[in-house]
This record gives sequence, C-alpha cells and structure tokens, in this order.
Amino acid sequence: MAPKSVGLTAFGGYIPRLRLQRKSITGANAWIAPNLVGKSKGERSMGNWDEDPITMAVEAARDLLGGDEDRSHVDALYLGSTTLPFSDRLNAGIAAAALTLEQDIQAVDVASTQRAGTTALLQALNGVAAEAHKHALVCASDKRKTRAASPQELEFGDGAAALAVGSDKLIARFIGSHTATIDFVDHFRGSGEEFDYGWEERWIRDEGLAKIVPACVEGVLQKTGVSASEINHFVMPCTFPNLPQKLAKACGILPETVADTLRAVCGETGAAHALVMLVHTLQKAKPGEKILLVNFGGGCDAVLFETTELLTAMQGDATRRGIVGSLADRQEETNYMKFLTFNGLVEWEQGMRAEQDKKTALTTLYRNEDAIMGLVGGRCTETGVVQFPRSRISVAPNKPTVDTQEPYKFADRKATILSWSADYLSFSMNPPNHYGIMMFEGGGRIMMDIADVVPGEVDSGLEVRMVFRVKDTDDKRGFKRYFWKAVPVRNVVATAQAAE
Amino acid sequence: MARGIKDKVAILGMGCSKFGERWDCGPEELMVEAYLEAMEDAGIEPSQLDAAWFSTHIDEIGTGKGGIPLAVALRLPNIAVTRVENFCASGSEALRGAVYAVASGAADIAIAVGVEKLKDTGYGGLPTGAPGTLTPQISPNGSAPGNFAQLASAYRAKHNVSKDDLKRAIAHVSVKSHANGVKNEKAHLRKAVTEEQVLNAPMIAEPLGLFDCCGVSDGAAAAIVTTPEIAKAMGKKDIVTVKALQLSVSNGLESQHNSWDGSYFHTARIAAKKAYAEAGIDNPRKEVSMMEVHDCFSITELVTMEDLFISPEGGAVKDVMDGFYDADGPIPCQIDGGLKCFGHPIGASGLRMAYEMYLQLQGRAGDRQLPNPKIGLTHNLGGGPSQNVCSVAIIGAEGA
Repeated sequence: MAPKSVGLTAFGGYIPRLRLQRKSITGANAWIAPNLVGKSKGERSMGNWDEDPITMAVEAARDLLGGDEDRSHVDALYLGSTTLPFSDRLNAGIAAAALTLEQDIQAVDVASTQRAGTTALLQALNGVAAEAHKHALVCASDKRKTRAASPQELEFGDGAAALAVGSDKLIARFIGSHTATIDFVDHFRGSGEEFDYGWEERWIRDEGLAKIVPACVEGVLQKTGVSASEINHFVMPCTFPNLPQKLAKACGILPETVADTLRAVCGETGAAHALVMLVHTLQKAKPGEKILLVNFGGGCDAVLFETTELLTAMQGDATRRGIVGSLADRQEETNYMKFLTFNGLVEWEQGMRAEQDKKTALTTLYRNEDAIMGLVGGRCTETGVVQFPRSRISVAPNKPTVDTQEPYKFADRKATILSWSADYLSFSMNPPNHYGIMMFEGGGRIMMDIADVVPGEVDSGLEVRMVFRVKDTDDKRGFKRYFWKAVPVRNVVATAQAAE
Repeated sequence: MARGIKDKVAILGMGCSKFGERWDCGPEELMVEAYLEAMEDAGIEPSQLDAAWFSTHIDEIGTGKGGIPLAVALRLPNIAVTRVENFCASGSEALRGAVYAVASGAADIAIAVGVEKLKDTGYGGLPTGAPGTLTPQISPNGSAPGNFAQLASAYRAKHNVSKDDLKRAIAHVSVKSHANGVKNEKAHLRKAVTEEQVLNAPMIAEPLGLFDCCGVSDGAAAAIVTTPEIAKAMGKKDIVTVKALQLSVSNGLESQHNSWDGSYFHTARIAAKKAYAEAGIDNPRKEVSMMEVHDCFSITELVTMEDLFISPEGGAVKDVMDGFYDADGPIPCQIDGGLKCFGHPIGASGLRMAYEMYLQLQGRAGDRQLPNPKIGLTHNLGGGPSQNVCSVAIIGAEGA
C-alpha cells in the first residue's frame, strides 16, 4: 500500500472544439451501413487537422499548469497514448519542450495499450511514492484513426487529460491499485497499421470485461480494505451501453455511482479516456469521496482515490478548463467530409501550392528549440523591450543593445489581433487560411496562424491566446513540425461552471 | 545628407517587352526583346557598354542564379554583370546599380535589365517560396495577397473606415488602372472593368478580390544610362535625368515591435522623405507630375498615397474617390496600367515603371501621353507590409 501522502495535486483537460454530429456520419453512410443509423444520437469530439495526441496533451497539461512561468517543480512527465506520432523520437520530449519544462527531468512515453493512460498514472504515483520524483505530470491523449462507416468512427472521440502527482496539497489521495496483465485480444493494431482490428463484441463483453473487470476490482478492494459500498464514483471507460452499471452491481458497487462515459458529448478518447473521465469526475466530486478508476485493455487497472477538502478550491478556479470547460467550448460540425479530409481518409485535390517541400532542418530546429517549441522570445535587460524571436541585437527602436536579451515566454500571454486576413489562395487544410499579426500584452508581436475560427469571426482587436499545434506535416519523410497558433479567447469556462 | 544623385545620370535609352502570358518566350527571349529596343533607342553598340546589372527574383523558375544568364542571352562583350535580388524591388535595384556606376565614373555607359518568367509555374499567382530554414518553421504558409490584405484590417481600425467604404475605394483604384491599361499595347490586361465587377469578384484574401490583385506576368525591361554630358555629345535631346534613388529596408521593427500599427509602410515613408530631399522637392502634392507605384494589390496603392505624402494621413480614401489619381486627375497614377494591368514580372517591374516615366517625359507615350509632365515618381516595393524593401525614385526632365 502506498504512503498516505501520495496522490493527485491538480487536473487539466482538453477536448478539441469541433464536435462532429453523429447523424452527419450515419446519414452519409446509411447506404452502406444501415445498421449504424441507430447510433446517430449525440456528437463526438473531432480534432482539427492540426491537432494530434501531442498537441492535445500539451493543451491539457497547460490547463493543469496554468500561466505560471516557473515550471521547474515538474521533475517527471509521463505521456500515455496509442497514437503517438513518432515511433523513435521521444514524444513526451516534444511535449516537455512545448511546456518549457526543465531538461533535467524524466520524460516517458507509455504506449501500446488502452491502459496507457492509467499505466502512466500508476508509474507516476509509484515514482512519487518511491521518492524518485517530487512532482510528476501525467498526460494521456489519443486520436485514433477509424475507417469510414465503422462503428468505431461513431464511438471514438479525440481528447486528452492531465494530472499532477505529488505528495503535498493533494486534491485526491491515492489509496491503492491493482493491475492484471492478460493478453486478451479484444482488438489490436499492428505496428505501422492505421486501423484497429477487432473481434466479436459479445465475446469481448462476456469473456473479457465481465470476467476481468470484477476480478481486478476485487483485487484493489481487498488490498486496500475498502468495501465496495464505500465507492462514490465508479469510473470506467466502456462503449457497451449499461455494461459499467452491470459490472458495478456485480462488484457490489451502487450502480448510481457509475460515471458518465461522455458518449453523448465526446465519444471514447482511447487511452486518454480513463483520465478524461477521472478529471470529469474530479470536477464534480465532493471532498471525502472515494473514486474507483477502472481501465480495461490487455488486462485491467483499478486505481482507488479519496478526494480531499482541497478539491473544492480547484473546482472553483475559473481559469482551469478541465474536461467540463473543454466540453462547453464546442462548435458543432456537421460536415462529415471535413472529418474524413482532416483524418487523411480521402484523396483530395490540394493543388500545386501544396507541393511545397516541408523538409525540416533539424539543426535549425534545435538551435531555435525554445522559440519554436516553447514560444520563448527575448527581453532586453536594459530597455525592457520584448521581442520574438530573440536576437543578439535588440529590435528596440533607437537602442539596438547587443547581447542583452534574456529568455521571455510568450505562450501564456494574451494578445490581440493587429492585422489579419482570411486567405483563400495559399494552401490550407482548412481554408480560408487565417493568419495575422498578434500583439502581446507586455510587448512583442508575432505573425502567426489563427486556428479554430470560421470566416467572419476574426477582426482587428480580437483577443487571442496561444495554442500548440501541428505546423506542417512532411509526408515524404514522416516528420511533423509543431509551432504555436492563435485562437480566440472564449469565456466558456466560467459559463460552464455556472451551468454545473 | 550625402550630395545625392540628382542630375548626375541621364537615361540614354529604354526598352520593355510586351508583358503578359508569354507562352512563346523564355526569360532569354524576353530579355532580348527589351534589350534590343533599349539599344536601338540609345543608338549604341554592345561594345560601348561598360557594365551590366541584372535583376530577377525567383530562382526556382526563370533564369537561374548569377549574372551569366544575362551575359549569355545578350552575348554581352564579357563585361561585368551583377545579379541583384531584392524581392519585388529588384528592378529598381538593378537601375540603382547602373546609375551609381555611371555617377561614380567607373562606367560611362551601363545597362540594367530585369526579367521574370512567372508563367512556367503551372498555376496562377506567384510561386510559393522557400525562405531559408527557420522562417518555414514559424511563419504562416501565407501568400502575397494574404500578407498585403492585412493592411486593410489595420487601416480600417486606425482610421475608422467602414469595410464597405474601404472596399469601394480600393475597387476604384483597380477600375482606374484597368481604364489606363486599355491604352497600353504592351500591357498584360487591357480590358476596362466596372466597380461592380471588382466588388463582386471572387475573394482571394479578405478583403481583396480577384480584381484587387495585380497581373502575374512574364516580361522584361531595360535601361541604358550614361552621364548627361555623354548623352548630349551623342546628340540626344529632351534629356531625362535621375533626380533621386532611395531605398529603405525593414530592420524587423514592424514585425517585432509594437510601435508600428500595421496600416502603412514604415520604409516607404523613409524612402520618400529621402528621395524628396535628394531631388529638392518640398511639396510633392504640387510638384510631382505623375507616379508609377507598386500596386501589387489595390490596398497597397491606397496606403502608399499617404506614405508618399501626396494624400494626407487618413485622406487617401477621399483622394482616390475624388479621382485625384485618375488619368485626368492632378497626379495621374499608374498611367500605363500599373502592376495591376501592365503586369508584374517581378525582376522587371521597377524598370518598367521607369520606362513609363521616361516615355512620358519624352512625350512618347502615345494615346496615354500626359500633358507636359516634368517630374515622375516610381515606387517599387518588395516583401510584405511588415517586412519589406522599398524603393522611391524620381525621374525628370533635365533642369526640372
């Protein structure tokens, strides 16, 4: 059993703003998949073309960390996902660079199972318990590709969650966990394959979930001495309707404690979903409640927490979006073709302007790593003038001081749009291509892309914030470039909390 | 300030190819077309050329790098050829090189040739560039119209101009240039358009529609320069001299410092002030007879009227709508059709502007000849509003 002092200290969440209406999917595919028409209710989250598991994880982590520039307390980063963009380049390292974490940290990719999120969380909890880390950051994120007209297309969603693990100022104390490792292949995705291959659902339900989950729950309850009736929140991702309630009941847990799987508003976010649901639960739970997190996949994880009085203050923090706020920040998408296009499922005519070679000079990337990945510019220590990018000679008018610049972070500063255009000429995955000059509070400006907007929404003076996104994809070499983009500030978090 | 270039150099001859979709020509043939006209106009032999400046912007298509393509195409007598590239102001840069060579005494006669073969791209608009290894990692994958269109949003915000009023004013800019282009047989686009057509054209980059964008053309232009004394000794009359040649280049202030409001060209104002001082012009609104400005987009021309201190700040919309810059207005602008209709073969454009001023000053502009112009201004811009190269040149009758 873990020491009493280990647990969760903060949460963050990110669900992409676009919500594809399921009826748009089933309507388009009814001719080929009439059996799916019955699953038309609700909406699924849909990452924009420039979002991937890394960018979503970064946004969830930024939500958790807040605007504080000093992130030196974070000494470990665990990233769980089954859809990380690089097989050999530390994906958690990309997230660490974007978050401007210190270099002297451990960053770990946890992959290859739907339990990647909970495995990452358990690694962090055990690491802090063993005093290997003081403050570990856990992110889980997934953006799974699905075939058109498949049930997965309707059930899945894109999203990410983040949790901070520490031993002080806990919002939820870690009581204990139990893990079973079982090579039960309900589905698999071979190396290099794009899509899942699944076995019969009835077998998965009856021979898999119905047997493996109760055994694992029993394991954690026995270990911790907590009785099933004490559980206030039974949190388990599951795409079978009402199965969590049945499993809870089988374990002696009250069915009414079963957490919302978010099927109606989000869809299942893969390896992220256990943590997405946990964050969603934390945003609603009361102090002193017991949360049992169960995650199935190649076995099962069962993790038990008890919330503390400190949770209430964090729930009331209007700057923190969490999953509740993310879900409230939504835009309905009814264009199924856009979903297919963003996910590379149709060959579309991109025009010659898309032929530009996106080869990235890795030397240049590394030389400018804090600028490109962390949006770190410079501040002249003599004049206070702020600029991006940093340079040996300051841009300060009439005072071009030399070698006076110190690093200056832009990512968490608000900005307003000075000038902009919606460009229909240049290649864009989501035309028109919006970009312009962003002027930052406190000085400095950057010409940059504007993401997540529709024509008519942008104007000079609009307040924006920065998000970490995919800049370009080099399909020829399998590389991805990341940079920062501006999105409008939408005050949906406070609204969502008021509605809760 | 330096003593300047005023009246030290005369234009001995000029040439300009037909601009447009020259499917029949490579850059070599275009250069030859402009060169032969200029040589005939100057009345000299190739052996009299002491040095050459060669401007072309895009490497991926066109001539390739260096001075060799010019020397080979024209079979120059193994003289120095300097290739210059300064974005869309490259043509003015070539002229500057040749003029300075003559002014310094290093050359008696020098030639500047600019060319761009844009219609080997395979699509409309300018080719997308590859500007180094850092810029593509941080800058938007934008386009020229997308960059210049941003002037409109900032100008509206600064001067409190409504979207519709500004759209109508920039439409008038294009209507005027199309009307002028009709009279120019070398122009790429020679069709008049109505304000309604311009306003209803497909959107390219908000708020710029198709007719707010200049032609993407093939073409070449050439200038042969010498001293006024040599020109006179050769029996030349109606000598046209260079009064000023100024170039201002952004140093990152506009793109990195919040002192620039995005609605004007910082460099143009600096280059214009220096050019007026060099040419001895105190009141440009009264003294300039005509202008060829860098109307790559209609909004560029509109704000440039203020940057050149012709229209008062915030007053360009009114001047444009009043017809101040129309062919029959006080200062005709783009009398040859401008980049809008004559076309914009990048490396040639600065020289094409000088060509029109030269023809007008010599009374050789045919149907579009203005009554007795004395001072012509050319404004040639490269880059985008937030980072650019701006040239302002003044060319006039000797003694004007």
